[in-house]
Amino acid sequence: MGYERQADFGTPEVRSDTAVTCFIDGREVTVPAGTTVMRAAALTGGSIPKLCATDNLKQFGSCRLCLVEIDGMRGTPASCTTPVAEGMQVHTQTPKLQKLRKGVMELYISDHPLDCLTCSANNDCELQDQAAAVGLRDVRYGYEGENHLGEKPDISNPYFDFDPSKCIVCSRCVRACDEVQGTLALTIDGRGFESKVSAGLTSDSFLSSECVSCGACVQACPTATLQEKAVKEIGKPERAVVTTCAYCGVGCTFRAEMRGEQVVRMVPWKDGKANRGHSCVKGRFAWGYAQHQERVLSPMIRESIDQPWREVSWEEALSYTAREINRIRDKYGRNALGGIVSSRCTNEEGFLVQKLVRAGFGTNNVDTCARVCHSPTGYGLKTTFGTSAGTQDFDSVEDSDVMLVIGANPTDGHPVFASRMKRRLRQGAKLIVIDPRRTDLVRSPHIEADFHLPLRPGTNVAILTALAHVIVTEGLADEAFIRERCDWDEYQHWAEFVSAERNSPEFLAPVIGVDAEAIRGAARLFATGGNGAIYYGLGVTEHSQGSSTVMAIANLAMVTGNIGRRGVGVNPLRGQNNVQGACDMGSFPHELSGYRHVSDAATRALFESEWGVPIDPEPGLRIPNMLDAATDGEFKAIYIQGEDILQSDPDTKHVAAGLAAMECVIVHDLFLNETANYAHVFLPGSTFLEKNGTFTNAERRIQPVRKVMEPLNGYEDWEVTQELARAVGLDWNYTHPSEIMDEIARLTPTFAGVNYARLDAEGSLQWPVNDTAPDGSPIMHIDGFVRGKGKFVVTDYVPTDERTGPRFPLLLTTGRILSQYNVGAQTRRTANTVWYPEDVLEIHPTDAENRGLKSGDWVKLASRSGETTLRATVTDRVAPGVVYTTFHHPATQANVVTTDYSDWATNCPEYKVTAVQITPSNGPSEWQEDYEAQATRSRRIAGTAMEPAE
Amino acid sequence: MSGHTADKLTYMANQIARNMGHDEAPVASVADHIVAFWTPRMIGMLLAEQGAGLDPIAADAMTRIAAGRIPPPQTRATDPAVHGSDAG
Repeated sequence: MGYERQADFGTPEVRSDTAVTCFIDGREVTVPAGTTVMRAAALTGGSIPKLCATDNLKQFGSCRLCLVEIDGMRGTPASCTTPVAEGMQVHTQTPKLQKLRKGVMELYISDHPLDCLTCSANNDCELQDQAAAVGLRDVRYGYEGENHLGEKPDISNPYFDFDPSKCIVCSRCVRACDEVQGTLALTIDGRGFESKVSAGLTSDSFLSSECVSCGACVQACPTATLQEKAVKEIGKPERAVVTTCAYCGVGCTFRAEMRGEQVVRMVPWKDGKANRGHSCVKGRFAWGYAQHQERVLSPMIRESIDQPWREVSWEEALSYTAREINRIRDKYGRNALGGIVSSRCTNEEGFLVQKLVRAGFGTNNVDTCARVCHSPTGYGLKTTFGTSAGTQDFDSVEDSDVMLVIGANPTDGHPVFASRMKRRLRQGAKLIVIDPRRTDLVRSPHIEADFHLPLRPGTNVAILTALAHVIVTEGLADEAFIRERCDWDEYQHWAEFVSAERNSPEFLAPVIGVDAEAIRGAARLFATGGNGAIYYGLGVTEHSQGSSTVMAIANLAMVTGNIGRRGVGVNPLRGQNNVQGACDMGSFPHELSGYRHVSDAATRALFESEWGVPIDPEPGLRIPNMLDAATDGEFKAIYIQGEDILQSDPDTKHVAAGLAAMECVIVHDLFLNETANYAHVFLPGSTFLEKNGTFTNAERRIQPVRKVMEPLNGYEDWEVTQELARAVGLDWNYTHPSEIMDEIARLTPTFAGVNYARLDAEGSLQWPVNDTAPDGSPIMHIDGFVRGKGKFVVTDYVPTDERTGPRFPLLLTTGRILSQYNVGAQTRRTANTVWYPEDVLEIHPTDAENRGLKSGDWVKLASRSGETTLRATVTDRVAPGVVYTTFHHPATQANVVTTDYSDWATNCPEYKVTAVQITPSNGPSEWQEDYEAQATRSRRIAGTAMEPAE
Repeated sequence: MSGHTADKLTYMANQIARNMGHDEAPVASVADHIVAFWTPRMIGMLLAEQGAGLDPIAADAMTRIAAGRIPPPQTRATDPAVHGSDAG
């Protein structure tokens, strides 16, 4: 499409069962009752002048530009605050209105610079448009009087500038920060002529304030006051393409606004059903990695990892890789081969990688990064409900009365959805947070959790069982729901289990570390507070009882009847953009697409018929099993697309040993990541801006990813996989990812109704999309569970074997931060590093004092697995005895400390519980220095400045 | 936990047994789980240990696997009824 500003109806859409018909300048329009005159006029195709109104903010009525005349009504009411009435006759353009509007606009312009031709918003400025709309030709007041034209701009934010000289104090930015983002970082400071937009205290800049750089204020600004730096540098966009963000599992859709092949800005798409026009600092601004100088654009090979890389043609790289794969298969057998599907790549790319492994390599040794994040979700929800996915859409939160957030930090990990949660909480919904840390959701402006249960890491199952104990023993279970929807015998068995005294809050409180009465209070609130929704993240799954915890959550939802309608449900917040999709695509070693076990002959026959090869009926190796088999000398080659297992997976030294033991490691990625230090083949990858495909977000929403620029490396990732498949002898001839989706739809009943034409027409579809649900399924299990009867599973609390003791007295738990993403490969190559240049260790003041530590000190973080060093931050966000860090930076390599303990059912690593000791340190550890030296050696490229000197 | 693969497999089997101990038929559940998610090589490696280090339920499960008395997959994650629905 060409460049047009997104349509703005002035005020938000209103939901009402009652319709009202009125007349705007004689044009009849019927709208829901409560709709404003401004919106009704816009729906007729008209456009009432406005400045302070925009349709993602509540009406404000301050600019006085949108005045109208209404028959039978005195004066000139503001159209943005006047609701339509039956039969109302509205006049939007009269001589009286024209005079009034011109007067208002004249006042605005009298204190606004007249540098339109050189202004960065020239021809893309609402103030300019409205001045034209009201016919302003002259300003009678002159510019010599007191004004704001000399105000200094604030350029502290790396992505946008604030120029108060251009501000008209319409408050749209302040209201966007309040209503859309929910941070309340901005305010109007002063009164009257002194009024000005301020970020935090007067001493604050945008960068030092509480602003989270979500961009909502920039999007809301009708002038160039808040403007993207990129627009200033590049100019106005000339075209826009709607695509889907490649960061977290919220799956925000954006308009990539382009000039030529250059992205000018990413603006959240107002019609996006996942983000509803909002964004976070990553998706909105942190896309510069796509053009980062460290992108590797030429294929490279080397025979051993102690050699420098050698740049080669695509043909040579692919033929070399195919020869190696064939050699290893001939020498060691097909089960010496494997692959990893990326949760950052598209559904189509993931489907092709697993197809290559199963049909080309001849093995089921394929896994995905969901192994280390949400594999317990797949196991737990399939067991209890019959579906390996969350039950709700994001809109559902608007009807929630009680939210239970466990093991998730949405304001950092899923910020756009967190804003929607916060909006609902500000409306009065109740909140229970179960988390060892005092996350921002626990207490933030106008929000305070009714219960924060700061449990000891590793006791999720215990606290969920204790909650269930209270609900069952106090008669709060929804027996009608259970009798109708669940297996009653299994429920009774489970109820007997949770009712035992050993599962009471009082008995378990010493284990959990939370007051028993608080547990009882939270249980009563969840069971009796109305629509109860459970949201969870990796703080649930990344434990030795991750799967048990997911099932305990499902039990809690079922026992309270909170399944099958809006406002309730079990909602896994997926970490990466396409975790759900990668899992859907058959990326696990035991199942084909649509979660069908490889042992099922009928399913295999379907694939064998389509692919023309036999499918192994035995499950393949999971990632940790592949590494074990590699160190055993039995696993020799791996194709890794878009994942950096050396940085992201636990027990770094073991991962390194496994990779080093392989004879052919193929890394297909954007950058020479940490895993590539052990690779023999590097195939350049393409960013989400350079490819077509689909992502599936946490609400099962399949959304288009559209190519906005040509791939810098020459190929989209699916094309590279196809060429590799051809090189190993497969006859693949896809010409577009839509053909891959067609194959997915043929083979996967839940995707049967999905195709690109429908996705283009409807924007997105939520699976299942099939004959039963032709328009998709926003809410699951409405009339019954997919598995038939909901299954209550006894989840006995089994303490992790990772224990604190004299040598390692503290518990380390790991997580993420707002500005960085996963292993940081993308966000570390953007200006987001200004907020988080290095991983830091959070430690409680008491523990810090006992060790003589203060914020900023270097500390050694040591566990049974290894040690690293990083700087400390002393904070009471963590409880005594608990420390916290992130794994965004390879210099820290936090995973050298984490252990290989994992979830009993899925082997999802236990990132969240590691016994550690913290001691003062002078700087990087010997291991870190050795690692850095090895990484530097490994990244040498022959014939370039990175070539070795010797 | 030892880095040795056989030790790891023993640990994993015991861990599964501890977490499935409340199932109505825990030995069958553990055996079924292992068959559903482990490769034949992994199962073979653990069988080669001849039960050393295994808890009773895990040991019985491995005996059951060795005897080939595994019913068609019917674990929580591989219930044939779910295959038909293909929704998860």
